[in-house]
Amino acid sequence: MKPSRNGRVTARKAWQGCAFALFWLSGIAAMAVMLAVVGYVVVRGAPELSLSFFTTSPRGGLSGDGGIASTIVATAYLVVMTMAFAAPLGIGAGIYLVEYAGNSRNRIATTFLKLSRFGSETLAGVPSIIFGLFGYALFVTAMHFGFSLLSASLAGACLILPVVVRTAEEALKAVPEGYREASLSLGATRWETIRKVVLPSALPGLTTGIILGVGRILSETAVFYVTLGGSYRTPTSVLSSGRTMALHVYYLAMETRAFEKAMATGAVLVILIIIVNLAINAVSRRLSAGSRS
Amino acid sequence: MNSSVMYAAAVILSTCGAVSAEGITVAGSTTVQPLAEKLALAYETVAPGVTVEISGGGSSVGVTSAGNGSADIGTCSREVTQAEFERFPDLEALCIARDGIAIIVGPDVPVTNLSKSQVRDIFAGDITDWSEVGGPSEPILLVSREEGSGTRAAFENIVLADAALISGAAVLQPSNGAIVTTVATTPYSIGYVSFGYLDGSVTALSINGVAATVENALAARYPIVRPLLMLTDGEPSPAVRGWLDFIMSPAGQSIVESEGYLSVGPVE
Amino acid sequence: MTRKGAVESAMRTVLLCAGLASLLIVAMTGIFILREAMPAFREVGVWRLLSGSEWRPGQELYGLLPMIAGSGLVTLGAVCLGLPIALGCGIFLAETAPGWIRGVVKPSIELLAGIPSVVYGLFGLVVLVPAVRGFDYPGNAGFGLLSASIVLAVMILPTIASVSEVAIRSVPDEYRKGALALGSTRWEMIRTVVLPAARSGILSAVVLGLGRAVGETIAMIMVIGNSVMMPSAMGGPLPGIFLSRARTLTGNIAVEMSYATGLHSSALFATGVVLFVLIMLVNSAARALMARNAGGGRG
Repeated sequence: MKPSRNGRVTARKAWQGCAFALFWLSGIAAMAVMLAVVGYVVVRGAPELSLSFFTTSPRGGLSGDGGIASTIVATAYLVVMTMAFAAPLGIGAGIYLVEYAGNSRNRIATTFLKLSRFGSETLAGVPSIIFGLFGYALFVTAMHFGFSLLSASLAGACLILPVVVRTAEEALKAVPEGYREASLSLGATRWETIRKVVLPSALPGLTTGIILGVGRILSETAVFYVTLGGSYRTPTSVLSSGRTMALHVYYLAMETRAFEKAMATGAVLVILIIIVNLAINAVSRRLSAGSRS
Repeated sequence: MNSSVMYAAAVILSTCGAVSAEGITVAGSTTVQPLAEKLALAYETVAPGVTVEISGGGSSVGVTSAGNGSADIGTCSREVTQAEFERFPDLEALCIARDGIAIIVGPDVPVTNLSKSQVRDIFAGDITDWSEVGGPSEPILLVSREEGSGTRAAFENIVLADAALISGAAVLQPSNGAIVTTVATTPYSIGYVSFGYLDGSVTALSINGVAATVENALAARYPIVRPLLMLTDGEPSPAVRGWLDFIMSPAGQSIVESEGYLSVGPVE
Repeated sequence: MTRKGAVESAMRTVLLCAGLASLLIVAMTGIFILREAMPAFREVGVWRLLSGSEWRPGQELYGLLPMIAGSGLVTLGAVCLGLPIALGCGIFLAETAPGWIRGVVKPSIELLAGIPSVVYGLFGLVVLVPAVRGFDYPGNAGFGLLSASIVLAVMILPTIASVSEVAIRSVPDEYRKGALALGSTRWEMIRTVVLPAARSGILSAVVLGLGRAVGETIAMIMVIGNSVMMPSAMGGPLPGIFLSRARTLTGNIAVEMSYATGLHSSALFATGVVLFVLIMLVNSAARALMARNAGGGRG
């Protein structure tokens, strides 16, 4: 090899080295940011974490005293109620899109398909505060549900619906066409095929959507800030006001200066989110393992 | 056997009655909220089976929710305006306490007294440096409530009476607690907050040489005082009446006082 | 059999309704917010709402320009800070990261996406605001566009990184093989073949990030100061504008909504309409870009 050419190759390698070093740096920076935020919150919050933190309720007022028991209860109620609205609707929409509209050559059906997809894609981009406004105007004020779990879960359902629809669609599409054909050729109707064949084999994928939705509800604040009222007491009915853990972080930090308590609550939330992410990864690993075998 | 069944039925019926009958919903002013929470807790121990549900929303929401029936009681930390009375003519206002508004500064501001007109000039943005009012040469950071807040409305009525406006450069926070947090943690800041929210983290300034204390406010020496109202749409229901009576009783008014507000009746 | 048929058609109808629910919600959200905003549009006027620089509901002044400027500047700041790192991550994950590193960085980015915005806000309030306050600059109080931009940069990083990773991965392998066969180094291959091929996908990643930035609420109200003022450099050099306090469109709604009545409330819904339209524009841009990308990939 001639030296000049060798030099050019070296220069090109050097450029490559610089560029790749920057990519490594970006990757490391992203990790460092994650570790900084999570680490800071967990380390500052950890001293507050004790059994009594989970079993006592906030004392309210300005003290920031007490634990997070009632906020755990409110969060759990809200997650269950939101899912009760969003899961059937979202999975139903997914089924319609994949099993009915997707197969049809009918003009009306394809129009519905387009409209429905447009709806869920638009919904996915709408900022949460808009759902807050909507929920406030419709559920809190116009329908007189007041600041309550009911208002908040209806607004929350609007927020997570697109997530559930999209994952349901993907899960159903992943079910091999042969299953459906076999079932239909045995004389089952389309709905029987869906209920007995398609849904059971799409179950892990549908679960992912549900877990994703749960994660969104756990971490959402803006919607519930304007629809849930923020009462720190344990909710007693669907019309009770309440305070989720995420809202509690906001109130603790902004109203009481109990930053350590806020960090502790934030740490609990972050740990829950980590569990949610692990669960999703586990389910999708099982999914891909299943499809390989 | 028979009697034990009767007994069980009676117990079930009475618990049902107690649980279902007495839910009181309260919405409105965030200034009244912590006081109302304490009054609710105390009342629930003397009147078992009653639950009082308190949410915030602000004074205007308090007026609206009482007026349109979305809450049994609306709370309001300023006078009800003429326009609001025209909209909800049946509204009945009960003054359960009065409240001083303290001018607060963080621990690093050495100033301890301002005249009312200095406070006005500071919040209107005419005085912008602490050195103009005897402090260090540092710019003043204003911390204020947002538009619509009862505390802001009352503060503007009393302090900025001549239609001056709070400077646009002010940091705005959506609640009393957030004002205290911000002033306590931000150097050279000044804010205003209800007496009930004062704690060791901030200094309440004397106004015209009068310290911001409950005694001075009760004696009408401290100049920035406003009413705290509970509003009902017409005559309150017996359950609501019971709680309101408790609040006006010496026991209730003692709680008002111990929470740092001004009582409006005899205390224990 | 007839019973089966009845069940079949009933389920079909039920599922059709579910399928149209999203559309219905979009329509209802739009209609409801628009309806509540009408009094403001009628009495204040669209132009005065959009171009007015004074927001003083007590004086019946409803100008959204300071909030539009606030949202715009904070998004600009977030993109300037976050975009290089996010794109670097996307390329790193798709092209150059060894498998095990990818197995660590990818979940980290997923976790960044999952951390509640209120936790970012808390971190900003307790760590960033005091740190930014350290800059000696007239009027700087820590609360402001810089703190908010940093928080937002971290929040949009995962969106841009993962969407651009997918876009880069979807470039057919033949392109890469071809470039390498022609004697390119891997970096030259990425620069001259892969990135141009993934261009519209990357662009849509950025636009999605913009959408997320414009829509963020809680973290913003915790660190930006919420002052109703046109952001300004306060007499200093132009970058000093980022030390100015501001308010976002989202923050305008969240901070004032629960206290507002009458025309004030309506003006906040009008803020929502402005936000909604803005986001719809941004997202349809992203969708158009993605559709083009998908078309290009197939062709």
